[in-house]
Order: sequence, then structure tokens, then C-alpha cells
Amino acid sequence: MAIGWYLVVSALIFCVGAAGVLLRRNPLVILLCLELMLNAGNLALIAFARMSGTGDGQIFAIIVMVVAACEVTIGLGIIVAMFRRRLPIDVDELRELQG
Amino acid sequence: MTEVIFFIAALGAIAGAIGVVALRNPFYSVLALVCHLLALAALFLGLQAQFVAAAQVVVYAGAVMVLYVFVVSYIGGAEQVIRSPGPGLRVTAAVFVGVLFVELSIAMLGSGLKAIDTDGPGLPADYGQPEQIGELLLTKFLLPFEVASFLLLIAAVGAVVLARRRRGLDPEPPADALTAGDLVRRPAPGTMAEGVGTRSILTEQDEADQAAGRTPIGKGGW
Repeated sequence: MAIGWYLVVSALIFCVGAAGVLLRRNPLVILLCLELMLNAGNLALIAFARMSGTGDGQIFAIIVMVVAACEVTIGLGIIVAMFRRRLPIDVDELRELQG
Repeated sequence: MTEVIFFIAALGAIAGAIGVVALRNPFYSVLALVCHLLALAALFLGLQAQFVAAAQVVVYAGAVMVLYVFVVSYIGGAEQVIRSPGPGLRVTAAVFVGVLFVELSIAMLGSGLKAIDTDGPGLPADYGQPEQIGELLLTKFLLPFEVASFLLLIAAVGAVVLARRRRGLDPEPPADALTAGDLVRRPAPGTMAEGVGTRSILTEQDEADQAAGRTPIGKGGW
């Protein structure tokens, strides 16, 4: 399968994730759509690594996975803290991080 | 045969992605993302990235998604849709995303890279194997590897700080003997906020304020 196909799939997944970030109001689902965008980037990285024949893109993809795990940890911690303080879980209602 | 696997995996990935965005219940969105990640691991296998595919299944689908499942189960509830996004936002999002997809496709397919239309060059025997990944991580990419481990430490500390209780612990029982530490220590056990001097113990008035939706004055944050 030609590399171009993988890149088009990556672009499509990225755009679906971007649409999700714009349209959804639940911060959990917005984080999930951010994961979609990160995974699309990973797919593009692996495809270009295949095209260049070196393993550098795969290392980059592994580091992206590490960064995504850290971001998910903190993002979910913030959401759980918001829930415990009985704030509405809605990004349209929550505009400030303080209080 | 590889084309069939590619199309099945690509359709699964795109269907999972659309499911994440379109499903109303956030738990179903998490499950759709798990399917998407498994399909993406199959796509990685088609690109000869065996270690990354295994890491995707074990780390991403196996650990990060389980964390999401825990949090969604704790928060619970379907999306309280009082008002769905208005038609203005929908149209704007659709136009923006369409333009983004066209632009990305032009950037990737029209870039003049000759190898886009091929399967890629011949690969060394250890491409994508754990040996090559380990060697690269410890020689050429040692600094990103160490910085990534430091980032994981920061994230773990941040998660612990976000999750701890705000109020102080139970007051200490009176000590029988007076030590030198008692003479110099400030009389404020409990959380860090109490230790640095800001009042963060909630009173009944503050509880009533919170229940009524107002944030207590001066008691914000930790």
C-alpha cells in the first residue's frame, strides 16, 4: 500500500478530531478528540519513517505517546477536581481556571 | 492481502474517530476511541512498525484508555445537552475542517515527494524491531528519552497534587513532651495552603455559598 494512502487517512483522522474539539462541550470528550489528533500525527510520523527508512520517526512517535499520556493525566486530574468541587462539567460554563 | 487489511483498518480507524465525535454518551466515545486505537495499531503493523504497534496497544489502549474509563465512570452521566451547538458553530466547524483537510492533502500529496506513491524503500532487517528502537533511544535520542522520563515524573507529581484533599487532617493529639521542633514549627498541620498562611478551611457559610453556586471569597484554589 502506497505511503500516500496512510497520509490521507492521517489527515482525515486529524480533521475529525479538530471538528470534535470545536463542536463538543464536555471536556472529557474534548480530551478524547485531542487524543485523536495526536494519534493522527503519530500515523503520519510512522508513515514518513517508513518512507525514509530510518527509525527516527518511530522514536518520535513513542515520545508523542509519552507526552499524550502525561497530558491525559493532568487533564483528567483537572476534570476530577472540577467534579469534586461540583462545578459544571461544561467548557462553555468554565472560563477561568481559578476559584 | 495487505490492501485488504489496510482498508479494513483504515475504515475502522475512521469509524472510531467519527464515533468519538458523534456519540452522545462519553463512555461510548471512550469505547469508540479504543476501537480506533486498535485499528491504528493494525495500520502501524502495515508500515513495519512492530514495536510501536505493540506499544500502542499496551500503553495507549491498555493504560491511558483504562484511565479514561475510570474517570468517565466516576464522573458518569450522559452529556447534559441543554443546548447543542448552534447552526453557526456547526457550519463554521464544517467549513474549517473541510478546508483543513483539503489543505493537508495538498501539502502531503502535492509536495513533490517521489516516494509517496511507492511502498517505501527497502528496509534494513532490524527496522522497527525492539533492538533498533532501544539502540536509538539510548544513543541518538538519549536526551529526548531522559526529558520524557522527567516529564512523566512531573505529570505524576501534578496528578498527586491535583487529587489530594483541600482541608487539613485531623488535629494532632497533644504531645506529651515539648521538643525543639515544637518551639519553632508553625501550628498549622494539614495542607500546603494552610501551611503557607492562606485560609482554606471551608466554613458552613462557604458551604452554603458553594451550594448556591457562588465561589467563596478568598477560598479559591487550594
